[in-house]
Amino acid sequence: MSVLHVTSPHVHRPFTMNALMRHVIYATIPGLIVLTALFGWGTLINVIFASLVAIATEAFVLKLRNRPISLSIRDGSAVLTAVLLALAIPPTAPWWLTIVGIIFAIVIAKQLYGGLGSNPFNPAMIGYVLLLISFPLEMTTWIPAYTTEGVTSIPSFAQSFTMIFGSVDRSIIDGITMATPLDTFKTYAGNDLAKLQSASVLQGSFAGAGWEWVNVAFLIGGIYLIARKIITWHIPVAVLSSVFLFAGIFHIIDPDTYASPIFHLFSGGTMLGAFFIATDPVTAATSNKGKLIFGALIGFLIYVIRAWGGYPDAVAFAVLLLNLCAPTIEYYTQPRAYGHKKANSGITK
Amino acid sequence: MSRRIWDIPGGIHPAENKQQSLQSRIITANIPAELVVPVQQHIGAPGKPCVDVGDKVLKGQVIAEANGFVSLPTHAPTSGEIIAVESRPVQHPSQIDGLCVVIKTDRNDQWIDHCAISDYQSQERSDIINAIRQAGISGMGGAGFPSTIKLGIPPDVKIEQLILNSAECEPYITADDSLIQERADEVVAGLKIMQWLVKPKETLIGIEDNKPDAIKALKLASADSDIEVVVVPTKYPSGGEKQIIYLLTGKEVASGGLPSDIGVICQNTGTAYAINRAIHFGEPLISRITTVTGDAVANKGNYEVLLGTPVDALLSQAEAKFDQASRLIMGGPMMGFSIHNSAVPIVKVTNCLLAPTKKEIPEPDAEQPCIRCGNCTQVCPAGLLPQQLYWFSKSNELEKAKHFNLADCIECGACSFVCPSNIPLVQYFRFGKGQIRKQEAETKKADQARERFEFRQSRLEKEEREKEEKRKARAEAAAKKQAAKKAAAAENPATSESGSTLSTGTEPTASTSATTKLKSTWASTTKRWKDAEKALKIAEKNGNDHIEALQKKVEQLKAKADNAKLLYDEAKATDEANLNNVSDAAAPTQTTTLSENDPMQTLKQASADDFNAWKAAQEKTQAAEVNPSNGVDIELLRKAETEAKDKSTASKAAMKEARAKEKEAMQAKKAAEDPTKQLKMDAAITRTKAKKALKALESLGEDHKSYDALKTAYEKAQTAAKDAELALKAAEEA
Repeated sequence: MSVLHVTSPHVHRPFTMNALMRHVIYATIPGLIVLTALFGWGTLINVIFASLVAIATEAFVLKLRNRPISLSIRDGSAVLTAVLLALAIPPTAPWWLTIVGIIFAIVIAKQLYGGLGSNPFNPAMIGYVLLLISFPLEMTTWIPAYTTEGVTSIPSFAQSFTMIFGSVDRSIIDGITMATPLDTFKTYAGNDLAKLQSASVLQGSFAGAGWEWVNVAFLIGGIYLIARKIITWHIPVAVLSSVFLFAGIFHIIDPDTYASPIFHLFSGGTMLGAFFIATDPVTAATSNKGKLIFGALIGFLIYVIRAWGGYPDAVAFAVLLLNLCAPTIEYYTQPRAYGHKKANSGITK
Repeated sequence: MSRRIWDIPGGIHPAENKQQSLQSRIITANIPAELVVPVQQHIGAPGKPCVDVGDKVLKGQVIAEANGFVSLPTHAPTSGEIIAVESRPVQHPSQIDGLCVVIKTDRNDQWIDHCAISDYQSQERSDIINAIRQAGISGMGGAGFPSTIKLGIPPDVKIEQLILNSAECEPYITADDSLIQERADEVVAGLKIMQWLVKPKETLIGIEDNKPDAIKALKLASADSDIEVVVVPTKYPSGGEKQIIYLLTGKEVASGGLPSDIGVICQNTGTAYAINRAIHFGEPLISRITTVTGDAVANKGNYEVLLGTPVDALLSQAEAKFDQASRLIMGGPMMGFSIHNSAVPIVKVTNCLLAPTKKEIPEPDAEQPCIRCGNCTQVCPAGLLPQQLYWFSKSNELEKAKHFNLADCIECGACSFVCPSNIPLVQYFRFGKGQIRKQEAETKKADQARERFEFRQSRLEKEEREKEEKRKARAEAAAKKQAAKKAAAAENPATSESGSTLSTGTEPTASTSATTKLKSTWASTTKRWKDAEKALKIAEKNGNDHIEALQKKVEQLKAKADNAKLLYDEAKATDEANLNNVSDAAAPTQTTTLSENDPMQTLKQASADDFNAWKAAQEKTQAAEVNPSNGVDIELLRKAETEAKDKSTASKAAMKEARAKEKEAMQAKKAAEDPTKQLKMDAAITRTKAKKALKALESLGEDHKSYDALKTAYEKAQTAAKDAELALKAAEEA
């Protein structure tokens, strides 16, 4: 007779960390498809390359830290970080950019803090911000989306591959790249109305050309995550409502200087950020009330930085700034426990 | 009849696995050869066994009496013989054995005389409550709280809802379900007794919607009453007491409070059935329905089993394959305990025995880090943040854990169930709760100790004050008396002065007496020497043969006398030095001991020499006596001999005395080995002396005759006290 002594509960939902990470990666597939369709094979190549680099880096650091390697690799968190970073960087980003970003994300932002679960900042966004402020040129120039007026073709697989791994001669790449819709809007808004109205990248179906479909794809993936109960609705809804609200207010005040709320919601990394980045559980608030505050402040910061900051997009900065606040938010948003008249707040009495 | 259901927050939907054990009707379990009946099957104090080994008992006979208010009697589940009253393994979270009465069954199953209470409604309420208590009925759902404590609430507490908890939300368990399906009338009859006891505004039966047959049976059985069957959605843990109360009433039991505080009483289905058996049939609680299930069991089902039946006996009857079971769980898969020994008995709260295969419930996977996914928060029915509590419990941050309401965790296990990292959260919470309990107990103990200490301090202070007052009164009286005396003998101020030297006075006095002795030794030696010289002169005059010997003797005696003089001088000098050192309280013993060592040696020498001299004189006398021819003056020799003898005796005595003195000095030295202690005493004594002198001084007028003398004495005493103080300080610093 086995007398294994295990405390209750004895049954567990067959849903592991690996499954959780895997479902998040699945949810990025629509976005990945649209990005590939609009910008060529670059993003897909980046995703695969970044994943391999991430696994190698993670395994190396785990070995240095004397931790079980296969168990940690199998949790899928390193691959997810790689996928999110690769989706965020331009499809033309050279290979070394990916390597720098991934190593920084995995080693500095994640493992040096104690590995999975112990990192205060979203590793993918730390990698992204490092690249953005170190290599602003490579990080802000995108090739125009296929649906942009005047664009007749997207790079072939060979072209994409060459852009990433081949010649370091940026002039070829620079010749075909353009500013993103957000960047274009930031450049012309409020000073050159004519150019603002004629810029082809801003002539999408309902937002920036091509980018509106990228955001729609990530929105679909996000809804899948909520439906699968991988994430709750609180953070994305709070982020999007907040962006919509502030963009709406200023757009009503001055439509020439401030873009429409729909443009903001479907441009840049808004949907990717709201559903995939801000919801990273390790670095976000966990109580439902806390998540709403966390998300709303991210949305607010996204808008503030986009409208008045030095960078065209702001999802990474906004998320990282709120990562800093998450523990404090947690302490002040305890839910009311059963049998208590009101919720406790703060750390101790 | 529709009724509002207040949905509980969180909750989970684990696989129900209830059908397996509902394939047959309730099976009566065999009477095992041996019943092991624990005297504690309830929350509270264990019962007191009232049978002895060898006693024959009948079914239903009391074998252990209640031992206090929160305690219950225990009954023999069948007839037989008591073969042991001893500690046996029982189901306990910490695997602690419990006191059990072991009955060797006789298979006759012979009842003791018992009778039903006909028409309980005409009885006193307290009699019915007592009957339920005497039947040993405790909650049969989980904790096993004595039922009459809930039912025996004071009459002024108004109960709005009496709730029968038939939710049975935990997977696998169907004990209540089958009981209701087959004996709904009896369950409802028991509920009606409770209804009569607590007189609630409404009586509700809460049952999950996954038990349609039981719902039908209950509705039928309660059709002619005001009992309402409320069907709630299936969700774990809606059968928790706090949860079913909220589901049915929308009311929350305050944290740390009881349901009766909000006018609710909640009882278990099995309890209602047991109350019915106790009142309408006069049967105490000696058996229960237990679900035996799990894929390792061939004959899954619900067994009506005698309390005290060992688990392995029941499993054997159910044809369980022990080698296939991954573990053995008493209770359900969510809150049950895995048992460490299959000999443990079935008790009043054992609603399920689960023997799953390894495939069914595999060993838990390795624990992974918490990624704060928050799934636990989403399913927590108590509205807690399990991931925060996990951090706090793990890092022993008990204050934070308390602040995040760890105490409100009902340990339902929903958080662990959904955790993707396989963290055994409930285990951490139990640990955290245990630590908090321990800490609180320690705080309480420390507080009590502090109170005791403070009380003692204040008592001692009071006593000290009283003593001080008495002392003052006494001192005043004494001062008055002394002043009167002083006035009478004003000429003699020495009393206070001698007092100041008293602290170190013992040794100098002793050594002074030794010096005196040495002086007398010197004197007597000198006298003997002179005498011997006289004798020599006489002998010379008479032309004696022994002149040479006598001359030698005289020389010896002279040397001795000189030696004695030297010794005396030395001792005198030492004494003087000692007297000078009297005020130097730090080193009196040492000086005396050192200076004492030398005289001791010389004294020893002197004594030995004297002895030899005496012996020599004796020899001479004897020789003279033998040969009296040579005209020796025997008389003279005899005299010399006697003198020498006396001298020897005297010097011996001096040596002895010196030795005793040395011993004394050694003892004093030993006492001085803790110098600060000695010095402290000295300082205290000198201080007191100085004080006394001052008092005496103050009591005298300035124009008094002895005033000046007293003043000098006081000043001396004060100096001595100061010196003592300084010495003490120096010693302490050293």
